[in-house]
Amino acid sequence: MTIFLALLKAFLVGGLICVVGQLLIDLTKLTPGKILVLFVVVGVVLGALGLYAPVVRFAGSGATVPLVGFGYNLAAKTKLAVSKEGLMGVLTGPLCAASAGVMAAILSGLIVSVFAKPKEK
Amino acid sequence: MSISNKEYDKMTKRASPNSPVLLDCFKAFLVGGAICCFAEGLSQAFKKTTMTQDQSKTLVLTILIAITALLTGLGVFDKIAKHAGAGTMVPITGFANSIVSPAMEFKSEGFVLGTCAQMFHIAGPVIVFGCGSAAVYGFIIYLIQILR
Repeated sequence: MTIFLALLKAFLVGGLICVVGQLLIDLTKLTPGKILVLFVVVGVVLGALGLYAPVVRFAGSGATVPLVGFGYNLAAKTKLAVSKEGLMGVLTGPLCAASAGVMAAILSGLIVSVFAKPKEK
Repeated sequence: MSISNKEYDKMTKRASPNSPVLLDCFKAFLVGGAICCFAEGLSQAFKKTTMTQDQSKTLVLTILIAITALLTGLGVFDKIAKHAGAGTMVPITGFANSIVSPAMEFKSEGFVLGTCAQMFHIAGPVIVFGCGSAAVYGFIIYLIQILR
């Protein structure tokens, strides 16, 4: 039962965040690239203000899987790095936090581009 | 009810700006929700292992990225994305697709200047803005720490 509830919360919150993105696509002239940038920066700001951690506790993957969660993760890990290493944490924190996601995307991009044929336009 | 073609045109014009937005939002909600739900299912399953919460979060994201890469390579992702809109763009799948898709597409321009350079066409700004703003936040925390 608790698992079902967790799945439902993830579905609802994740879906709602995507609806916000869809409204930005349909009602504004922002390009997809700019919307992605916006979501990550919003995530960093919400994380910095401490507003996003409760959402993550509530919705789990529903909050961490959207790009806002990526931004939140950057803010949270940077905070941790600064408290451990001081000023050096400002330099090492952000990229370390992003490293796993970016590396996974780079590697899979390389692998796919080796095997896939570029599609005809 | 009988209406002339002109009246019908007027009616569709009045109705059309709203209904696609609603439908788009509904589709984005379903697909985006389903992706997050799938991810939550994985992370619930990983709870039974010895992994820390941080590790399982990273693994879940990695699995989503790998699936996105596979579907992008097979040309399936674009077909889903056409309908889902923000539903596939806002989750980490959109970030992964924004790297894998140009890596494939610009293969014809060579490996170094095609694949490797174009990979970050969209993801580059995302990383620069994300890490940039996180660094600003980190610096503010540092200042607060030493001033305290």
